[in-house]
Amino acid sequence: MKTQGQGQSKRKQLHHPLSPHSNPFDILTEEIVCNILDHLHDDPFATKSFSLTCKSFYFIESRHRRILKPLRPDLLPRTFHRYPFVSHLDLSLCPRVDDPTLNDLSSTWKATLRSINLSRSRFFTNAGLSSLFINCSGLVEVDLCNATHLTDLAASAIAEAKNLERLSLARCKLITDMGIGCIAVGCRKLKSLCLKWCLRVGDLGVQLIALKCKQIRSLDLSYLPITEKCLKSVIRLQHLEDLILEGCHGIDDDGLSTLEQSQSCKSLKMLNLSNCQNVTHTGLSALINGTEQLQQIILAYGSSVSQKILKVTSDLAKCLLTYSKLQSIKLDGCIITWSGIKAMASLDAPFKELSFSKCLGLTDDGLSFLVQSQKDLRKLDITCCRKITYNSIDSVTSSCTSLTSLRMESCSLVPKEAFVLIGERCPFLEELDVTDNEIDDEGLKSISRCSKLSILKLGICSNISDEGLAKFGSCCPLLKELDLYRSIAISDAGIAAIADGCPALEMINIAYNDKITDNSLISLSKCRMLKALEIRGCLGVSSIGLSAIAVGCKQLTVLDIKKCFNIHDNGMLLLAQFSQNLKQINLSYCSVTDVGLVALASLSRLQNMTILHLAGLTPNGLAAALLACRALTKVKLHASFRPLLSQSILGHMEAHGCVFHWRHKAFQKEMDPKGWKLHFGRSSSEVP
Amino acid sequence: MDHKDRQETCFTNFSTQNQQKWEFPDPLTELLQASKAQDWDPAAMLNNLSFLEQKIHQLQGLVHLIIGRRDRVSGQVQPYELVAQQQQLVTADLTSIIVQLISTAGSLLPYVKHTQGAPSLSLGQFQPQNGGVSGGGGGGSGASELQNSVDVSTNEEHDLKDEEDGEELGENLFPGTYEILQLEKEEILAPHTHFCTICGKGFKRDANLRMHMRGHGDEYKTPAALAKPNKESSSEPALIKRYSCPFAGCKRNKDHRNFRPLKTILCVKNHYRRTHCDKSYTCSRCNTKKFSVMADLKTHEKHCGKDKWLCSCGTTFSRKDKLFGHIALFQGHTPAIPLDDTKGSTGTCDPGNDSEATNKLGSMNMFNFSSSEDVKGSMEDPSGCFSPLNFETCNFGGFHEFPRPPFDDSESSLAFLLSGSCGYTNKSGEQ
Repeated sequence: MKTQGQGQSKRKQLHHPLSPHSNPFDILTEEIVCNILDHLHDDPFATKSFSLTCKSFYFIESRHRRILKPLRPDLLPRTFHRYPFVSHLDLSLCPRVDDPTLNDLSSTWKATLRSINLSRSRFFTNAGLSSLFINCSGLVEVDLCNATHLTDLAASAIAEAKNLERLSLARCKLITDMGIGCIAVGCRKLKSLCLKWCLRVGDLGVQLIALKCKQIRSLDLSYLPITEKCLKSVIRLQHLEDLILEGCHGIDDDGLSTLEQSQSCKSLKMLNLSNCQNVTHTGLSALINGTEQLQQIILAYGSSVSQKILKVTSDLAKCLLTYSKLQSIKLDGCIITWSGIKAMASLDAPFKELSFSKCLGLTDDGLSFLVQSQKDLRKLDITCCRKITYNSIDSVTSSCTSLTSLRMESCSLVPKEAFVLIGERCPFLEELDVTDNEIDDEGLKSISRCSKLSILKLGICSNISDEGLAKFGSCCPLLKELDLYRSIAISDAGIAAIADGCPALEMINIAYNDKITDNSLISLSKCRMLKALEIRGCLGVSSIGLSAIAVGCKQLTVLDIKKCFNIHDNGMLLLAQFSQNLKQINLSYCSVTDVGLVALASLSRLQNMTILHLAGLTPNGLAAALLACRALTKVKLHASFRPLLSQSILGHMEAHGCVFHWRHKAFQKEMDPKGWKLHFGRSSSEVP
Repeated sequence: MDHKDRQETCFTNFSTQNQQKWEFPDPLTELLQASKAQDWDPAAMLNNLSFLEQKIHQLQGLVHLIIGRRDRVSGQVQPYELVAQQQQLVTADLTSIIVQLISTAGSLLPYVKHTQGAPSLSLGQFQPQNGGVSGGGGGGSGASELQNSVDVSTNEEHDLKDEEDGEELGENLFPGTYEILQLEKEEILAPHTHFCTICGKGFKRDANLRMHMRGHGDEYKTPAALAKPNKESSSEPALIKRYSCPFAGCKRNKDHRNFRPLKTILCVKNHYRRTHCDKSYTCSRCNTKKFSVMADLKTHEKHCGKDKWLCSCGTTFSRKDKLFGHIALFQGHTPAIPLDDTKGSTGTCDPGNDSEATNKLGSMNMFNFSSSEDVKGSMEDPSGCFSPLNFETCNFGGFHEFPRPPFDDSESSLAFLLSGSCGYTNKSGEQ
C-alpha cells in the first residue's frame, strides 16, 4: 500500500505542471510505467492495484509480468491469456498440479518459460513432465523437490531439457542411478544439481553426472549412499565451487586417502562435510588437497563428536593452514581442544564467520585467544557454549568490533554486565540472539545503540522489562524480528514502544506473557509490515485485540493464537474479512466454534490449519469449513474427528492436495505443563 | 634326409621292442623343414629352438628307457649283442641328432651371440646322462656347444605345469611330446560310450556302467570289479594324451597349420558340438538364444532375463556398473528405463507421506521397504535361487542328462552362492 501511495504521489507530481484537462497518464511512456512496475515488489497488493488503475495500466502490467505465483492451479487457465510472457512460474502454492495443467501451461508459455517451481506440488507424473520439457525447451531452472512419487521415467523426461542449468531433486526417493544417468546424458549444461535424500542414487549415478556434466558449479549429495568411488570423478570437475556431502556415511578416511593421487578440485569454494561420521582430518585434507579457492568449510556434527577425535582439532586446524582465502568455518557440535584453538588462531586467514554452536570444549581462554587476531569477524555463533563467561564476551567485543551477527543463546554463565559491552563495542550488529540469557534492562539499553539491529531474540529473558524495551524501541527503527517468548516481565507499555519505534517489524513473538493484553495488539496493529504474529497462551488477549491486528496488518500471513482462550468467533470473522494474506493459523484451544471456522474458511490463501481441542467445533462445522477452504494443503486435527468425518470429504480434500495430520494429544489444562516457572526459579537464584 | 630316415627306423625298433604304442607325429617333419628355412625371423628362430629342445628331449627319453630296462634286468647277465645293439642305436641316434643340431643351431648363431654365458648350466645337467650311455660320443662336445639357449630342465617343468592347467596351454606343449588321438564323428556324438557286455545297455560314464554291472551277478560286486580300472604302469611317465577334432580344416584338427589340441574327450565332445553341429537347444525364455550343448543352455537359462540393465542402443548388461561404464564411454547413449516401472510407481504414490518425510531418515527407510522395486525383486528372486537348487538335487539323484565333469557341480553351487550374495549387495546398495 505504501509503495502504491508513493507511485500515486509521483504521478501527481508529474501531472502538476500540465494543464488540468489533459490525461495525466498520457505523458507516461510504457517504458516509464514498466520502470515503476519494477519497483513494486514489497507489497503483494501493489501490482494488483496498479493494474486496476486503468485499461492501459492493466495491459502494460499484463505484458510486463514475468514472475507468476498463482494461488490455485484452477486460476491458471485465466492467467494464460492475461500474462503471455511469464518466464518464472512458482507453483509452490498449488498443492495439486496434474498432468493436464502441466500440458496447458507448457503449451501456453512454450517460448518464454525459463524457470518452474514444483517443489510443493503433487499429482503430476512423468507424462506431464515430459510434455513440459519437450514444449519448453528454454527451461533453465526446475525445482522438483519433494516429488517422492517420481520415478526414473520422470527422470528420463527431465533429460529432454537440454538447456537445464539448475535442477533440484531433493527427496525424490524413487529415482535411481538409471534416472540420474538419463539426466547426466541429457542435461549437459547443468550447473547446479541437488540430489539430497535421493536415497537410491549411488556411486554410479553420481559418477556419470560428474563425467557428463562438466559445467557443474554446485553439487549437493547429502545423505546419499555414496563412497569415494564417485568422488574421484566429482573432484575432477573443473568448475565445481560448492560441494555438499552432508551425512554421507559411506565416505570415510580410508576411501578419501585413495583420492590423493588423482587430480584435485582447484575451483572448490565451499565444502560441507556435516554429519560425516567417518571423516576426520586425514580424510578432509585428502579431499581439499590442492584446492586454492576454498572459502567456507562446514564440519558440523562430524566425526569430531566421536571419542577418537578428541585431540584432533589441532591436526584439523593444521590441515587448513595453507588455505589463505578461508573465510568461514563451522564447527557446530564438535569437541574443541585447547591445542585446536591455538592451531586455529595461527591460521593467517582472516575469518568472517565462525560457528561454534554446541561446542563442548570451548572455554573462555580458547575463545579469547582465537578472536584476538580476528578483527574482521562478522558472524559469530556460540550458541550453548556453556563454559564461556564475561571474559569471552569482553575479548570478543573488544577485538571483533565489526560483528554483524552474534548468536549466544543459552550461554548461561555470561553475566548481565557482559551485555552492556556488546552494545558499547559492536555498533554494526544486525542480528543478536540472547535467548535464555541473564540480560537485563541495562544491557538492552546498551544494545539499543546498535541502530542497524534487525533481528533481536530475547526469549526466556525474564530480566527484561518495559523500561529496556521502551529504550530499545526508540532507537532501533530497522527492527524486523523480535522474539519475546516467555520474557515474562514485559507488558503492554513495552510492546507499545516497540510498535511505535519499529514500523518495519515483520515478525513478533510474545507467547506466554501473562501481562500482555489487547492493548499490545492494538498498538502492534500500527506495524503494517507485520507478517507473523505469535501470541500463544496470552490469556489477556481477546477478540478485540485480534480484530485490531486483522484490520491493521493486511500482510499477516502466519498467526498463532493457540491457548488464547478469550478469542472468540468475532475475532475470526474480522480475520476472515481483512487478513486476505493469511496462510497459516493455529487455533488450538481457542473459544472458536463452527461459525468462526467456516468464516475463516473463506480466506482464499489459507493453506495450513491446526485445529486441536476447539471446544465448540462439531464434525459438520469442520466438514463445511474444510470444503470451503480451497487452498488447504495441511490440516492438523484431533484423531477423534477422524471417524466422525465422512470418507468422501476426506477423499475430496486429499484429491485436492490436502494432507491430514491426526494427533492424539490429550487436552492440557495447565498453561505451563513443562515447568518453565521452575526453570526461572533456578536461574534467578543463581543471579547474585 | 638320410638321418631322418635312420632315426625313424631306430624308433620303430624301439617301439617294437618295448611293445608300447609310440606314435611319432608328423609335426616333426614339419619342424625339420622349418629348421632349414633360412629366413631370419623370430618365429622361425623360436621354431628352431623348440625343435632343438624337442630333440634333446627325445634322446633323454631314449636313454631313460635303456636305464630303466637295465635296472629291471639287473639280476641277469645281459647278452653282449643286446648291449652292443643298444649302444649302436643310441650312438646312431645321437649322431643324427647332433647333425640336426648343428644344422639348426647354425641358423641361430647370429641371434645367440650375446647370450653365450647362460647355457652352461643346462649343459651340465644334460651331459652326465648323455655321456653315461654314449661313452665317447663323437659329436658330444659339438652338440653341447651348440645347445645354447635351450634349457631342457625348465622345459620339463613347463610340461608338468601344462598337465595341471587347462587345455589352452596345449599350445605350449611341443609337438611330439604328446600322443594325439582322434575320435570319429559318430563316436563323439554317440549318446553312450560305455556298454554293458551282458545286456547292451549304454552309459555315459564308466562308473555308471560298473554300478549297473552289479545287477548282473555277485562277481561284479567284488571290490576289484567295482574299483576304478588302473592305468597300466606308473613307473614311467605315460605320454600325455591330446585329442584332435575330426573336422578337416578346424584349428583343432591335427592337420591344421596352427594345430591346437584338445585336452580331454569331454573337450572334444563339447568342441565338436559347439562348432560343427546345429544348435538344437533353444532357450524357452527368450526364444532367441540357441545352443548345441545342453549345459550351455542351462547356464544361459540361469541368467536369461536377468540382463535388466539396458542401454538406449539396445545393449543389455547383467551388471549395472557395466552399463554405466558403457554409457560413460559412448556419446549419446543413455540408460533405458523400462516402461512397466509406472505400474509400481503409481501404486506407491502415497498422499499421506508428507508428514513422515519431515522425520527424515527413519521414515524414509520405511518408505523404501514398501516401495515397488523390492516387490519386483522378490518376485524375480525365487527363479534365480531355486533353479540351481533343483539342478543340484537332480545330480544327487544320479540323473545325468548330459556329461558334466565333477567340478561342474561345485561350480553351479558356487554360482548359486554368488548370485545370492550379489542380490543382497544390490539391494543394500540401492537403499
